[in-house]
Amino acid sequence: MKGAFKSLSAAMVKGFLRDKATLFFSFVFPLMFLVIFGLLFRDAGAEKIKIGAVGDGPVIAALEQTGAVEVQRFGSVDEGVAKVRDGDLPGLVEATGDKVLLRFAASDQAQAGTVRGLVAGVTQQLNVTASGQPPKYEFDAEQVEDASLKPIQFLTPGILSWGIAITAVFGASLTLVNWRRKQVLRRLRLAPVSPTTILTSRILVTIGVALTQALIFVGVALLPVFGLTLSGTWWLAIPVFLCGVLAFFTIGMLVGALCKTEEAATGAANIVVLPMSFLSGTFFPIDLAPPWLQAASKALPLRHMNDGITDFLVRGKGPEALLVPCGVLIAFTLVVGFVAAKVFTWEDN
Amino acid sequence: MTETGAGDAIVVGDIRKSYGDLHAVDGVSFAVGHGEFFGILGPNGAGKTTTLEIIEGLREPDSGSVRLLGHNPFPRDTALLPRIGVQLQASAFFDKLTAREQLETFAALYGVGAERARETLELVGLADKADTREDKLSGGQRQRLSIACALVHDPDIVFLDEPTAALDPQARRNLWDVLRAIRARGKTIVYTTHYLDEAEILCDRVAIMDQGRILAMDTPAALVRGLDAPTRIILERGSLPAEAAAALPGADEVTEDEQSLTISSRTPAPLLAALAERGTLDGLQVRTATLEDVFLQLTGREYRA
Ligand SMILES: Nc1ncnc2c1ncn2[C@@H]1O[C@H](COP(=O)(O)OP(=O)(O)OP(=O)(O)O)[C@@H](O)[C@H]1O
Ligand SMILES: [Mg+2]
Repeated sequence: MKGAFKSLSAAMVKGFLRDKATLFFSFVFPLMFLVIFGLLFRDAGAEKIKIGAVGDGPVIAALEQTGAVEVQRFGSVDEGVAKVRDGDLPGLVEATGDKVLLRFAASDQAQAGTVRGLVAGVTQQLNVTASGQPPKYEFDAEQVEDASLKPIQFLTPGILSWGIAITAVFGASLTLVNWRRKQVLRRLRLAPVSPTTILTSRILVTIGVALTQALIFVGVALLPVFGLTLSGTWWLAIPVFLCGVLAFFTIGMLVGALCKTEEAATGAANIVVLPMSFLSGTFFPIDLAPPWLQAASKALPLRHMNDGITDFLVRGKGPEALLVPCGVLIAFTLVVGFVAAKVFTWEDN
Repeated sequence: MTETGAGDAIVVGDIRKSYGDLHAVDGVSFAVGHGEFFGILGPNGAGKTTTLEIIEGLREPDSGSVRLLGHNPFPRDTALLPRIGVQLQASAFFDKLTAREQLETFAALYGVGAERARETLELVGLADKADTREDKLSGGQRQRLSIACALVHDPDIVFLDEPTAALDPQARRNLWDVLRAIRARGKTIVYTTHYLDEAEILCDRVAIMDQGRILAMDTPAALVRGLDAPTRIILERGSLPAEAAAALPGADEVTEDEQSLTISSRTPAPLLAALAERGTLDGLQVRTATLEDVFLQLTGREYRA
């Protein structure tokens, strides 16, 4: 029985490796997205606003301390104003004695507003301090997001989950349809091999392929150009990954059980995975979507796989966060697997 | 070997299988002894494949019984499966594997090693195509690979569904040798074919089927004898006037067409002697009845090979 398991797995791996299109869509295609988006958004959110400064004093020192802006000093007002006029700088702060003057370019409203608010805020803060009175209204700001959640941090788990999902669904469904159509299933029925052996060898191959994908995608994202940083609990993403692979494998089995031809299976697999990838935060954070869409996406296994992997790979959550994604994915696997087993047939008719 | 005994490898009792209104198999019974070479003949759609697949356990009959080596083949019995080897009418191969890899994969399913797979590939004359992908093989080569997959685990009973279809004459004769060698080792072979000459040469017994029923079943020689057909002596046209031919001793009936003159006779010996005396033996052909005549008489159909 071990020989049967090994030889079936080997037959499937060879079939997979010898199909150039499958290799492309399993490895190159998702990697393309990772590289393109990773490079495109590499600096997004990382760049600081610059502001020009002439003179010296507590306001300019305080601005530098906020860390929110990069202060660029000029010897003369004219020199700085020229930069503002050219659009190189959104504003110029001139501090002479107790007087603070902000000159800004109105061409970029958003930046101008930010700069005005910032300079005004810092000046008022200093005024309060100078008055010696405790401030009447207390103001505090606290950042909720991990400061390091740069685009690559959510792109990697998103594209990883999506790449694994399409490969698992396509791999499982096309093997099933092809084997049924080419009578391999009937022939296997005449050999002393149990359906469990056939099924587990296919699952093992799917997991092996997914593991290879994960290593490649994470490996590439870790390169300095992209700069992914893994959290301390990244290894807790492994159970979520395995549950996700199983969930999408069973979806593939269901698609394969329902479709008679490879073309139909390809279409059906696309219909299942493509919308799911858009609704599950593969290419952009789902937090940007309207609330009802966010709620609806909670019904999708890809969303939970993506969330779960993000939680551990980059957010560093503890083991208690395993419960929801793994629970949902296992439930999916059981329900879909049950339906697939019900509709499965060894041959057409 | 025609009697139905406990020692038979296969016993089929009144099996029936319908698809809607169509009676694909309509009450078929027969037994095949151990070591027998049994052929099932019949026109397209006669129910040969359906009958084989019921015996193999791939299909469940609507009614009737099947005993395969003393066991019921349906539902699937994994203890029985290693003892039978099946070549399906449509070949079943894994995607993108070479001939050798296909055979090794099937061999491993039966716990058989690569060495035996190599031997089997040689047996069917595919050693030089071992590293060719299945989809790059010719039709006949695929057929041979498919047969190899049925034989690789050295089963006691071999089921072959039209194994010689698509084979060139050379490959056909090679396969005959392979099948004879298997049979000589005491294995049982059940096969279907559209080549009646082949069935006549290879089979111990044949069943002729049409529309889901067995019309006749016996040794090929007995079937031909049972037809009680006259011997036909065929001469070139013009070598003898028809009236003269009819007057020859033993001539029962004379027919003429564009190319030839045919004399039917139940006592061909004096007729041939008379022809020799007249010196009209040039281009002479003697045709005795064959299985094909039996087939045509029973099914009343033109043969489509
Ligand atoms: N799965 C099926 N569904 C419906 N009808 C079927 C099915 N399988 C076979 N038949 C019908 O049953 C009849 C017998 O088919 P079968 O395949 O047994 O014929 P056969 O004798 O093997 O013919 P051939 O020489 O062409 O291989 C045919 O009329 C066929 O159309
Ligand atoms: Mg057939």
